[in-house]
Amino acid sequence: MQLNSRIPSGPIEQRWDKCRFEMKLVNPANKRKFSVIVVGTGLAGGAAAATLAELGYNVKCFCFQDSPRRAHSIAAQGGINAAKNYQNDGDSIYRLFYDTVKGGDFRARESNVYRLAQVSVNIIDQCVAQGVPFAREYGGVLANRSFGGAQVSRTFYARGQTGQQLLLGAYQALERQIGAGRVAMFPRTEMLDLIVVDGRARGIITRDLMTGKIETHLADAVVLGTGGYGNVFFLSTNAKGSNCTAIWRAYKRGALFANPCFTQIHPTCIPVSGDYQSKLTLMSESLRNDGRIWVPVKKGDTRSPEQIPESERDYYLERRYPSFGNLVPRDVASRAAKGVCDEGRGVGGTGLGVYLDFSDSIRRLGEGAIRERYGNLFEMYERITGEDPYKVPMRIFPAIHYTMGGLWVDYHLMSTIPGLFVIGEANFSDHGANRLGASALMQGLADGYFVLPYTIGDYLANAKLHKVGGDHPACREADASVRERLKGFLSIGGKRSADSFHRELGKIVWDECGMARNADGLGKALEAIPALREEFWSNLAVPGTGEELNQQLEKAGRVADYFELAELMCLDALTREESCGGHFREEHQTPEGEAMRDDDKFCHAAAWEYKGDGAKPERHIEHLEFEYVKPSQRSYK
Amino acid sequence: MKLTLHVWRQRSSQDSGRMVRYELADVNPDMSFLEMLDVLNEQLLSKGEEPVAFDHDCREGICGSCGFVINGVAHGPQRGTTVCQLHMRHYHDGDELYLEPWRAAAFPVVKDLVVDRGALDRIIAAGGFISVQTGAAPDGNAIPVPKGNADMAMDAAQCIGCGACVAACPNASASLFTAAKVSHLNLLPQGQPEKADRVLKMVVQANEELFGSCTNIGECTSVCPKGIPLEMIARMNRDYLSAALVRR
Repeated sequence: MQLNSRIPSGPIEQRWDKCRFEMKLVNPANKRKFSVIVVGTGLAGGAAAATLAELGYNVKCFCFQDSPRRAHSIAAQGGINAAKNYQNDGDSIYRLFYDTVKGGDFRARESNVYRLAQVSVNIIDQCVAQGVPFAREYGGVLANRSFGGAQVSRTFYARGQTGQQLLLGAYQALERQIGAGRVAMFPRTEMLDLIVVDGRARGIITRDLMTGKIETHLADAVVLGTGGYGNVFFLSTNAKGSNCTAIWRAYKRGALFANPCFTQIHPTCIPVSGDYQSKLTLMSESLRNDGRIWVPVKKGDTRSPEQIPESERDYYLERRYPSFGNLVPRDVASRAAKGVCDEGRGVGGTGLGVYLDFSDSIRRLGEGAIRERYGNLFEMYERITGEDPYKVPMRIFPAIHYTMGGLWVDYHLMSTIPGLFVIGEANFSDHGANRLGASALMQGLADGYFVLPYTIGDYLANAKLHKVGGDHPACREADASVRERLKGFLSIGGKRSADSFHRELGKIVWDECGMARNADGLGKALEAIPALREEFWSNLAVPGTGEELNQQLEKAGRVADYFELAELMCLDALTREESCGGHFREEHQTPEGEAMRDDDKFCHAAAWEYKGDGAKPERHIEHLEFEYVKPSQRSYK
Repeated sequence: MKLTLHVWRQRSSQDSGRMVRYELADVNPDMSFLEMLDVLNEQLLSKGEEPVAFDHDCREGICGSCGFVINGVAHGPQRGTTVCQLHMRHYHDGDELYLEPWRAAAFPVVKDLVVDRGALDRIIAAGGFISVQTGAAPDGNAIPVPKGNADMAMDAAQCIGCGACVAACPNASASLFTAAKVSHLNLLPQGQPEKADRVLKMVVQANEELFGSCTNIGECTSVCPKGIPLEMIARMNRDYLSAALVRR
């Protein structure tokens, strides 16, 4: 298979304009003759569904939650980047583009990233017009902050709830279209398969989670904005319901899956407290601006932190990276924390934690100043751990937070299945091997508001689609396979819950394909996962029936897909014989222990093609061209 | 610690439902309330019984999915906290807990502790937005917003749409929910053109959904996980009154 990324030619700053001009338009009167399915109502899906309906398309929109307002974009705390240069501190579209390509460790597509930086400015305007209550200065203009070690202040924010406010903006735009009858909304409805007719995506099979009813929905194009797959690790900062089923079903219907091993670990999460733990909670990265990270110098030091004198503390980030200190990028900070815990110097009951200490800042600035900056985060920490971070240092540990990999898409955000578009975290395109802070919200909204609504028009104008009915053999086949699969889960009659398998699977993936990977461990995981999967299919317990709200049945389907995805992740990690961004192969590091890329052999995106159950998927590559930002070794010393 | 739970079990909206008693040993004080229910569900599953259905998603107190009544209080005893963020260290060995779903005519029970809150979405669809097409926006700094107004709008916009206000209100009124959205948008300059229309339509929709009226009791604000103040309702009533007078 030849991957055609459809990148326009010419100077990078003109490519998106050129592409838009060359695209065929759909006559306004004809738009209502086309129907589009949008799955997912987060920043990408919600924005796309609302915008497509405003343009005049018939939209059917689906989410598994009880309301489109609950998609996991809502939990993003920090902010959203835009190259507005309102602070007059030297920011520009080119600088945002440059930072994002470099931050992604040279594994993202330059043209996509440039377009992302270009439309970032429109996003802020749009959100302000919708009434998103961004933070403001006393003069009434928008406030900005520097985030995640960026050298310019380009991050817009709404207290610690930026994701919530942006999502509510998109949700309100969507509800407006629902009220006007231009979007048919299907909450508590899960997509369980993709319908492909004559090589084109033409619909989906869904299950109504309240009644169990299986339905066929047909359209002229299908858009997936279904988020990432971080929950493959069981413990992650993702919502419990976030899942990979939509993209995995699409993969099994022929869409290529790119860079599955590119996952992001966030350094500042609240550590695991026990084996009942159901999820991990992120503490905003902004805490690293004023907190100092340390562990005891001595191994197995069980003294409480205030009894450890200054001379017996190791501020290891400040020691190893004197110029960036506690503000090194996420992947570097996470690996360093793992390193000191592996040495036996971790803190807390489990030994898997490091201190994030505010006592110096409190002494310097006063408790009031710290409360003003981080009050809500400190409260959240205290609610969860029962400890007061004004008095004792916080304990933090890295956790899975975001997945850069996803379905492969071209410049038009179309997958390898014509008519199947993939937006937001669900695709692979913009963040390379590592995502920068405050860029996820930017990409979701860029795709949903400003990219997909153009490119999908070009597809629809050119596609010449025949009418397809629900009795088409492809629809019947997809419907039958969904029913059979559900019946399968209900008839195993085993002893173990889907959650217990998920927890065990997550542990394997975290140990062998988490913060650091090596060939030996990945090989072990590739043996352990199929063995556990076999037990899953013979010893799974799902009570109840398929004709009612059955949360165990929902979980079973999602966990079954995670088993398959986990294997592909490990295979991808094993094949990528280099370290880059969030993918750290222990065999490929500098003498100082930093990630070492291999640009000669791996300057590409790896896109995997499904070849049947049990068969090895085929690896295709899209070579990445760096015409503007020349690859260099990242250094934070 | 050991707990006795009485949980509302109801197979479907047609079923009449009942409280069922469960004993739970070895509850760890560091668990969240929902993790305690996860443990209960694992136990039920291992005995071949059906687990308790409850809504939850982010477990960080922001998505608004979770929520039920614990011993008569929506979201339980800790102020400003959703059930997913409530931890078991607030309980003691031997405690007896009664868990019930949100009760309101507008929130039919789907199963056990899960209710249908679609009515809240329909209130937003009636007018809880600013009508601006994608692409039609002026520069973000074109309209300055006084910081005080922006902050107050943000206070209102924090609502997570969980429905606790409705569950706590003796009238099952959705006034705090509706008022939070009306206030958020009506406080901002961008929201002015549709100010009157918005409040009229949203209040009418709330009535049509069978939510009750506000009689200034204040239970809503005391259980609100985001602490949305009662003044928002006064603001909505003022906007409603002036809109109704103009429209008459």
